[in-house]
This record gives sequence, structure tokens and C-alpha cells, in this order.
Amino acid sequence: MQDLDNILSSFEGKSGELIPVLQKIQNELGYLSEEAMLRAAEFLNIPESKVFGVASFYSQFRFTPTGRNKITVCEGTACHVKGAKGIKEEISRIKGIEDGETSSCMEYTLEGVACIGCCALAPCITINDDVHGRLDKKKVSDILKEI
Amino acid sequence: MCCGTGCVSAGSEKILDSFKKKLSDSDFDVKPTGCHGYCQQGPLVVTEPDGVLYARAGEEDVQEIVNSHIENGKTVDRLLYKDPVTKDPIPRYSEIPFYKKQNRIILRNCGYINPEDISEYEKKGGYLAVRKVLEEMSPEEVIGSIKKSSLRGLGGAGFPTGLKWEFCYNAKSDQKFIICNGDEGDPGSFQDRSVLEGDPHSLLEGMMIGGISTGAVKGYIYVRAEYPLAVKRLNIAVKQAREKGYLGRNIFNSSRDFDIEVFLGAGAFVCGEETALIRSIEGQRGTPRHRPPYPAQSGLWGSPTLINNVKTYASVPNIINNGTEWFTRMGTEKSKGTAVFSLTGEVANCGLIEVPMGITLREIIFGIGGGTTDGSKFKAAQIGGPSGGCLPADMLDMPIDFDSLKDAGAMMGSGGLVVMNENTCMVDIARYFLEFTQKESCGDCSPCRLGTRQMLDILNDIVEGKAKPEDIELLSELADGVKSASLCGLGQTAPNPVLTTLRYFRNEYEEHINDKLCRARKCKALISYKINPEKCTGCRLCFKNCPENAIEGEAKKTHSIIQSKCTRCGICIEKCPPKISAVECYAGVE
Repeated sequence: MQDLDNILSSFEGKSGELIPVLQKIQNELGYLSEEAMLRAAEFLNIPESKVFGVASFYSQFRFTPTGRNKITVCEGTACHVKGAKGIKEEISRIKGIEDGETSSCMEYTLEGVACIGCCALAPCITINDDVHGRLDKKKVSDILKEI
Repeated sequence: MCCGTGCVSAGSEKILDSFKKKLSDSDFDVKPTGCHGYCQQGPLVVTEPDGVLYARAGEEDVQEIVNSHIENGKTVDRLLYKDPVTKDPIPRYSEIPFYKKQNRIILRNCGYINPEDISEYEKKGGYLAVRKVLEEMSPEEVIGSIKKSSLRGLGGAGFPTGLKWEFCYNAKSDQKFIICNGDEGDPGSFQDRSVLEGDPHSLLEGMMIGGISTGAVKGYIYVRAEYPLAVKRLNIAVKQAREKGYLGRNIFNSSRDFDIEVFLGAGAFVCGEETALIRSIEGQRGTPRHRPPYPAQSGLWGSPTLINNVKTYASVPNIINNGTEWFTRMGTEKSKGTAVFSLTGEVANCGLIEVPMGITLREIIFGIGGGTTDGSKFKAAQIGGPSGGCLPADMLDMPIDFDSLKDAGAMMGSGGLVVMNENTCMVDIARYFLEFTQKESCGDCSPCRLGTRQMLDILNDIVEGKAKPEDIELLSELADGVKSASLCGLGQTAPNPVLTTLRYFRNEYEEHINDKLCRARKCKALISYKINPEKCTGCRLCFKNCPENAIEGEAKKTHSIIQSKCTRCGICIEKCPPKISAVECYAGVE
């Protein structure tokens, strides 16, 4: 609760601030908890249903905590043409998690994204903030061994 | 040192630090720049004033570049870009074919200046155009120049920019807004990002000019949260412009106020549509609304709003500085100026390019792009992302502009240009794009929500080998329906990849359905793996690794695949040692 108040204190409380408020909460807490969304609704003086309606519309927002390591597979056109699907299947196979899932040990989260814009490095993935490019199944399994 | 996203992910920041340490006591100025565009060859190091480019440099190469080139004036030939055919090194940046055939206007500063330093933009003539507008030109004159230049919206639709500005100028209101649409969500394109990262001040200047001439005092830059580097550099640029008095109250010591705020998108492709984007800034779900009224009449919070793409604004200072005649000399009759493409896929030189409108696909792919990867056979070029289309080899010589692309069933779109070779299945590509647009459909209007779903179901049937011959007609009928009845640009253009592949590659659809065959060997249900008995040594690698136990055979004897058990995962072909290569993939099933 203390955390939430700190986060909200940098905003004015206008309804137009909803998206930046949700972004900041997610940045700090890692996801949007029910408690956080209720608190945001109260703070911005808008219905709770609207907060959830907006949060569920945008793909950036998530309602469950993520693992300590976030693995993102780029599914942009260039990566698709160069075999992103196989890369994702390989990660799923090695870590035992499907798209959008977090491993039970809370260590890994796997996610596919539309494009991270490193098309010249296709196919590529990001692990946390690091981009790994020009991959094949072999390279992916080597990289996964290191985290 | 190039510090665009491509080079950063290849390790350029470490190289930059290393150069800084080694050259801290010298006369050399070490600086990070935005994207050079030649991401394929990254990390890129350029030395000035001699204009030498080092490609694929590593931290371990820094010492050699310093010792040899910087201290003794001798280039390090090993690290120079090599001509792909003759293998001769080409030292000069400007002589490399990738750059030689380009015409960089919007990207003029990308790769030359430090985007985090406003004074470097000013040294290149930055913020002169906005001063000229404030001191010498009336709003009518500015709008007149933009109209005369025939600049068209570079976000993809190609609406005449000057007209848009005039509508907003003529709208009567106490409050007006100006927005930059930087919600570049198309998979496979990164040109807006490169401008934002490499030359953010040119965008700010373009927006200032737009604001001053239409009467807006507040601007928003809507940029994807997925572009952290762009967001960071934009915020630095806005801060520096405020400190200099270029943004805020009484900008450039005039009587005008103008400020800009950076707004982070939250990951919805449909927000690239202007009315959806406006709703998103208002803190709502990003669903588009009917037009008219257009944003120029009633936009953000009901006020007249000017909304243009990143590249459109970034073109404006150039037109004011150099004049409309200079601008209209480039391009075709109806599309003036230049176009920026992200050239990717199966092409030798991937990267960001800027070319005059009217250039042919052949010049782009085989001239600048250096041809297809490993000389494989060109099959198609996909232009404009999920809203665009796939053009076949016999259209390589068509001059590209807004109108010719539209006639061909594609569109300029965001400017993604993905090259495809014989290993790409056109039905799979159509399915890929439709899956994307279907997922991103906001669900507000039924033709898009239901129509794209039905189309995707048919395409899934086709790639899974379950479709009937009459499905092709049904698919094309649905596509026409979705195109004509959807509310916004997303639905109206979503069928384009399907329609163009049906138009130019219909035989592949027919093969999938009638012959149960995928010639590109991409669609798992329509291929088969076999072990060549003459090559197999019985090493058992495939046998041990097959997850389905679909391989039989004894050690040191020929193995074979049990087709009824095989899921075509392809693990056997990967595990089979390259010098043996006994596992082969065939198009079609038995």
C-alpha cells in the first residue's frame, strides 16, 4: 500500500493519466495486481471497470507476476521468415513453458512480441534487456544454459 | 560509433567506452550516433573527416584501429567492408554500394550527429527553419509551401500534408493540439525508431513549425514503450530544447508558447490509427471512431488536432530551408520526395534505406540490398507490413510510389520491405499477417472482428491440409467484405496480404489444397521427412533424439522414419551430422 501511494504521488489524479499511472505501477511492481487497479480507480476517480477495461485492452499490461528472467521472442516478419517459430518451440521445449507462461519456480517467463525492431539481426530474442540475434536452435540452447 | 538499437545489441556501447578510454588524451572526439542504417554490418565505427567505415567491429579490435588508423593513418583492411563479389575492401563510407545509391534527406543526420547533444543538431543547420518561420513567414506562407511541396503523409496512407495543416489552421477553436504518431507497430519496420533515436531534434523542429502555423500550443509525441532507447533520447531532446528556450513559454524569444510531451503507447497496433491513438492519449481503450469529423476538426479532447507521422514532421525543416522546388525535383509526378524503407528478410544487406520515390524494387533489392541471401532465387517482396501486400518477381521493375503500390494491391504502409526467397511459403505468409491483424483487431466493428477470424480459420485449414477447393473463393469473398465494410484502416487493409498472394501466387494455394503440397517446405502438414538409405550410416543420432519414437532401425544399419508417427518437428534433420545429411525433407505427403 505504501508503495502504491509513493507511485501515485507523482501524478495529479486526472482521468487522462490512467495509462501512464498503470505503466508506472507495472514498472515498479512488475504487474498490475487487483489491489493496485482498485487503488488507481479511486485515485483517478473513475470506475474500476474502466481501469480493467483499459488495462486489458493493451498488450503491455499483465495481471500475473513475471519470472526473474523474461525471455521475449521476436515474431516480426523478418524473424518469421528466418525461423522465429522454431526458436520459440526450442525455448518452450527446453524450459517447459508455453507463450505467456511463467515457470513454476518463478525463474522464467516466455513471451512472443510483434517486433523488437532488430530486423537485421533476425531471428532474435531478448533475455531481460539484452538482445541476442542471428540465432539458430543450437545457439538458443547455448544461451539458455547461461542464464 | 553507431549506437542504434541494432548495433547496441551487437555490443557497440562497450566498443564506444573502450575508444573513449583509449582516446581520452587525444584530439579525437569519440561520440555515439544514431543508426547508420547498415545494421547488417554492425557494430559500425566511422572515422571522420576521412569517412572510413569499419564493419562488424569488436571490442578486441579497438586497439588495432587506434594504433594503426588513428595514430599512423593506415586503415585496418581486415575490418573494412568487403565487396561481396570481388572481396575487395571498400574503405570509404560513401563508396559502399549500400550507401552510394541512396538519397538520405530524412535520415541526413542519422549516423552523423550525437542525438543526445542539441548543439550538434544546430551545427548541421538545425532550428534555422523554425526561426525563419517565426521571423519571416506567416502561417499561410508556411502552409502554402508545404502544399506546394506536395509532401504526403509518410505514415503510409499518403494523405497530402499541406491540406491536413490547412484544415487544422482553418478550424476555429481556443485550443488546438499537435500530435506525432510514432506508434510504429508493424512487424518488420523500424524507420520511425531510427529517426527518433538518431535525430530526435528534427522531429521536434518539424512539430514546432506545425504548431506555430496551425495555432497549436501543445504537442504530444506518441511513441511505443517497446522502443526504450527512442523514449530516452526523445526525453533528453525535449529537456535540452526546453533549457535553450526552444520549448515552453516565449519560444526563441518570440511571443509564442509551445511545448511537447512524450507519451508512451501501451502496445496496441490499432493505436497507429489516428482516432484510436487520440483516445489512447485521453486514457481510454484505443478503439477507432467514425470519421468525419476528422481530427483536424475535432481531435484530442474535442479540439482541432494536427496529427502526422514521425518522418512527415522530420521532412518539414528541410522543405522550409531548401525550398519547395528542391523537394519536388525528387520523386514521381504524384509522390514527391523520398521514402524510407526497412530492408530485411532474405536479402544480403539488411538495414534502413532512404530512396527517391519512383525507384524500382530491383534497384532497391539488387542494387542497394546486394541481392538475395546466398544468391537464392527471389520470390516476392512484402511491402507495407500487415496492411501491404506481396509483389512477385515480374513486378521488380515497377517504379514505387504511393499510387503504384496501391494499384498493385499493396501500400506504402510503414515502409517495411521484407525480401522472400523460394524457402518462403506464400500461404504461410498470408496466414502470418492475418494472424497478427486478427489478434490486434480491437473488436469494435463486426466485419473486422468476425471476418478476419473466419479468414484465419480458412487459412489455417489450408496450411494444415484440411481445406476444400471451394475455400479459395470463400476466402476471397470474405476478404472483399472485410476490406469494404470495416470501420478503420486496420480492417480495411488487413485482407491485403491475402488478396495479393491470391492474385500473384494462386498456384500455391491450389497446390496446398489439391495436391497437399507445400513447395517451400514450410507447412508441416504438407511435407515429409525421409532417410536416404544410401547415405545413412546408422549412427543412431536421429533415433535417440526423435521425441516421438518415429524412427526405426538397428545400429550401423540404415534407419527409416515411420510416417504415421512422425510429427515433422525436424529434429532428425538437425541432428543428422552435416557431412552425412541422410535426412531429407520433401514437399508433399504420401
